[in-house]
Amino acid sequence: MDPQRKRKIRLVVALSVAVLLAVALIYTSFSAATGAKEPSELVNAAPGTSAQLTGKVVKGSIKREGNGIAFRVVDRDGKGPSLPVTYHGTVPDPFRGGREIVLTGTVESAGFVGEPETLITKCPSKFTTKSDV
Amino acid sequence: MSSLGSALLGLAFLAAVAAGAIALLGRSGDERWLRISRRVVYAFCGLLTACVVIIELAFAGDDFSFNIVQQHSSIETPTGYKLAAMWSSQEGSLLLWAWVLSIASSAALYATRNKLRELVPWATAVMMGVAAFFTGLMLFAPDVDPFAKTATQLGQVPTDGVGLNPLLQHPSMMIHPPMLYSGYVAFTIPFAFAIGALVTRRIDAEWIRATRRFALIAWTFLGFGLLLGARWSYTELGWGGYWAWDPVENAALMPWLLGTAFLHSIMVQEKRGMLKVWNASLIVGTFSMALLGTFLVRSGVLQSIHAFGDNTVGPYILGLIAVVLVGSTALIASRLDDLRSEKRIDSLASRESIFLVNNLLLVGMTAVIFWGTFFPLISELFTGDKASLAAPWFDRYTTPLAIGLVLFTGIGPLLAWRRVSWESAKRVFRLPLAVAAVVTLALALFTDAADQLWALALFAFAAFALTGLAQEFWRGTQARKQLSGEPGPQALVGLVSRNRRRYGGYIVHIGVIVLLVGIAGSSSFQTNRDVELRPGESTTVDGRTITYVKPTMAVDEEKFTFGSLLRVEEGGEVVGFLRPSRRFFRPTGQEPGPISTYFAGEATSEVGLRAGFWHDLWIAEQPNVVDVQRGVRLADQGFSACVQGAPGTPPQCKALGALMRAAAANPSLQPQAFRQISQLQGLAAERVAKSFLATTAASTFKVIVNPLVTWMWIGGLIALAGALIALWPSRGRRRGALLRTEADARKEAKYREIRDAELDHATGKLSDEDFALVDAELRREAIEILDRENGGGSRNGGGNGNGAHPREPEKVEQG
Repeated sequence: MDPQRKRKIRLVVALSVAVLLAVALIYTSFSAATGAKEPSELVNAAPGTSAQLTGKVVKGSIKREGNGIAFRVVDRDGKGPSLPVTYHGTVPDPFRGGREIVLTGTVESAGFVGEPETLITKCPSKFTTKSDV
Repeated sequence: MSSLGSALLGLAFLAAVAAGAIALLGRSGDERWLRISRRVVYAFCGLLTACVVIIELAFAGDDFSFNIVQQHSSIETPTGYKLAAMWSSQEGSLLLWAWVLSIASSAALYATRNKLRELVPWATAVMMGVAAFFTGLMLFAPDVDPFAKTATQLGQVPTDGVGLNPLLQHPSMMIHPPMLYSGYVAFTIPFAFAIGALVTRRIDAEWIRATRRFALIAWTFLGFGLLLGARWSYTELGWGGYWAWDPVENAALMPWLLGTAFLHSIMVQEKRGMLKVWNASLIVGTFSMALLGTFLVRSGVLQSIHAFGDNTVGPYILGLIAVVLVGSTALIASRLDDLRSEKRIDSLASRESIFLVNNLLLVGMTAVIFWGTFFPLISELFTGDKASLAAPWFDRYTTPLAIGLVLFTGIGPLLAWRRVSWESAKRVFRLPLAVAAVVTLALALFTDAADQLWALALFAFAAFALTGLAQEFWRGTQARKQLSGEPGPQALVGLVSRNRRRYGGYIVHIGVIVLLVGIAGSSSFQTNRDVELRPGESTTVDGRTITYVKPTMAVDEEKFTFGSLLRVEEGGEVVGFLRPSRRFFRPTGQEPGPISTYFAGEATSEVGLRAGFWHDLWIAEQPNVVDVQRGVRLADQGFSACVQGAPGTPPQCKALGALMRAAAANPSLQPQAFRQISQLQGLAAERVAKSFLATTAASTFKVIVNPLVTWMWIGGLIALAGALIALWPSRGRRRGALLRTEADARKEAKYREIRDAELDHATGKLSDEDFALVDAELRREAIEILDRENGGGSRNGGGNGNGAHPREPEKVEQG
């Protein structure tokens, strides 16, 4: 085979592999992703809906309940209805009232139930704007 | 002071603009303009240094008239953290960016002051354009002026600051941000020179030779910054992980991966004149990723645990990224003719083709991470729903890619440049393959590694790669020993120090492979348990019995610390004690409030860690403070009843109540009142906290047994050492070789290539026939360079003074 042709074949093979991988990537990402929802979108959701809850922890709402915690979360802008949340497992260091959190879980009749190990609290450390202080 | 700072910053901006403009006046190669512009760049660096000094002095001297100091430091903040508090602020981190860039630009221009006359003006313009952008942001964008004065009523300077977040008060947090920033910033230099090379159509390896070192420095800083961040997360954040695929982490990893690809592929261009479009695109990509990292931290576009309030400079940086990408792409497209490869890859079994494969894997990995990081935006575009991807998705793609990287990292060093014959391949591959087979078999038979096939594959390839690298060192040392007669250790040192780039690079490989072994071990074979224990109770996790011996506590002015003493037993024997705890900080910078404010501030975990070569035992505690909080409430009630003069109040309390009422009317009495309140509260707080020692409530413990995780940190440090060896200037360079010209650099590079081929021959990678071919080819190329130089007659050989004859390349055996 002449080298020119060989190179062309090689290029075509490499490109097809790349395209196949890219398609797989795109396909799996849409099926693996969980939608991020704010409390106002979840208060009326049907029980059993799984979602990634994002929002702000209501100050003073955190209570210990059995070996877990219960608290309420509102939309990030602090407006709208608040959603009761229960969570079992260790709580990240920065977690407290007024902080933004991300939590994966499901909506149940009594409120949102978080999966253990999925609670993420935003680190408020840097670049806070004046209004936060 | 702050107005002096503002003035200096304004001057710095003007200097950056002027330096770029003057450099362009010298684009025909007029040395006078170049000299002036270089000096203006130095001045720019000096002005920004002065700005940084002013800010740091303000931090050190608690000058709360500076807004930045008031918001990020306080009197009680330890001095070390005061100095590091600058970059915990948005404006301070921008200043840091600009300052590091000014240092890097000055260094780059100093290093190239006798070289690349055509290219330097454009490179200067690009560097100073970026510098002017960041300096301009601080001057003109809202809310990011580092010299802003504190907004106060009645012109009063606040007496104390808000303080630095306790989470950030950790030694690695002092150096982690500047490391990352230096990494991001230093990639500006190779980018700027690449643009210069493209504009002037001087697209040989000269720009690479001049800036390779900066790319390596950038890569080292960025990598070390990532490692420090991981370490901080592991020991400080109380969740036990070191990597979360968080957007901001990804943003730092992407330029590092592309930078890794760039550092490898430029070698192919240097040695073989190939991959020019690829290299130019890679450095544009790397620099854009570095800017993107700077942007992501400040935009609020993506949900990240590193939340950084919404702010004002994001859109500007996005604009800069757009300019960089569009401009560079157009430039590369218009230069495609000049960017054609000088040669083709001779054989698939050659080092350069392995480099190409590794490059594709690295770029593929970056593409996966990029897609995953920005998926929320993509998904919102198509489905209207901001969905995000979690760690398992990232792991699914990055794991096989990383394993492939280890395999090819093992193969690459075993092959010679240009071509490899079957005979020599057999010779060099025999031992590594055998060792890999034995290790795999042993792991599969005697451990549970076979349960995790990906991890087993990684261990097998790591064994292959590490043996191959060890063999490289061994054979190199043997070859040197034979020829120089030095004893073994001395020959090894000689070998490494004569070939710093090659063996430094190998040491980096060893470090990164060891690091990946640590990641594979700790992520695949981790035991992670949440347990509730009362004082006196025990639990067994992965063969270790952990007993909650007793609760512990400490109290001081700024925090409560509640924790526990844990006894660890293995096989019935006590192997040690751990003391995990949790600290509850009072919000800083406020007037004394009730004791309950102790629970209103930050809380941080102090992890109990028992590190070992095989396993880490990691325990974080969530102490049950319900009892304490009840006591706190009672104490606060008692306090307010007492100062209000309730019946049965002790007389000191009555006096304090009177003082507080007087202070409300007369502010000058306030400090005295606050002092007394604090004193009294300190006593009360201590008494309340002591009640924790008698608690019988169950605390929650997170217990993790992490295999091999220590090797992550060890591997990272090995890689750092390797990078430093590769960066260390060689002897020739130190010997006044800074005056070297381009022609010398070209010759030197060719000599080094000849020496490399000799080393490959001596270590058995090149067969005799192949070596004869390659050597003849290289020598012909070397003579061509010399002919061209003498024919042109423009410049003499520079440093070595014998430009007429090819200086015989120093052989391996010569010390």
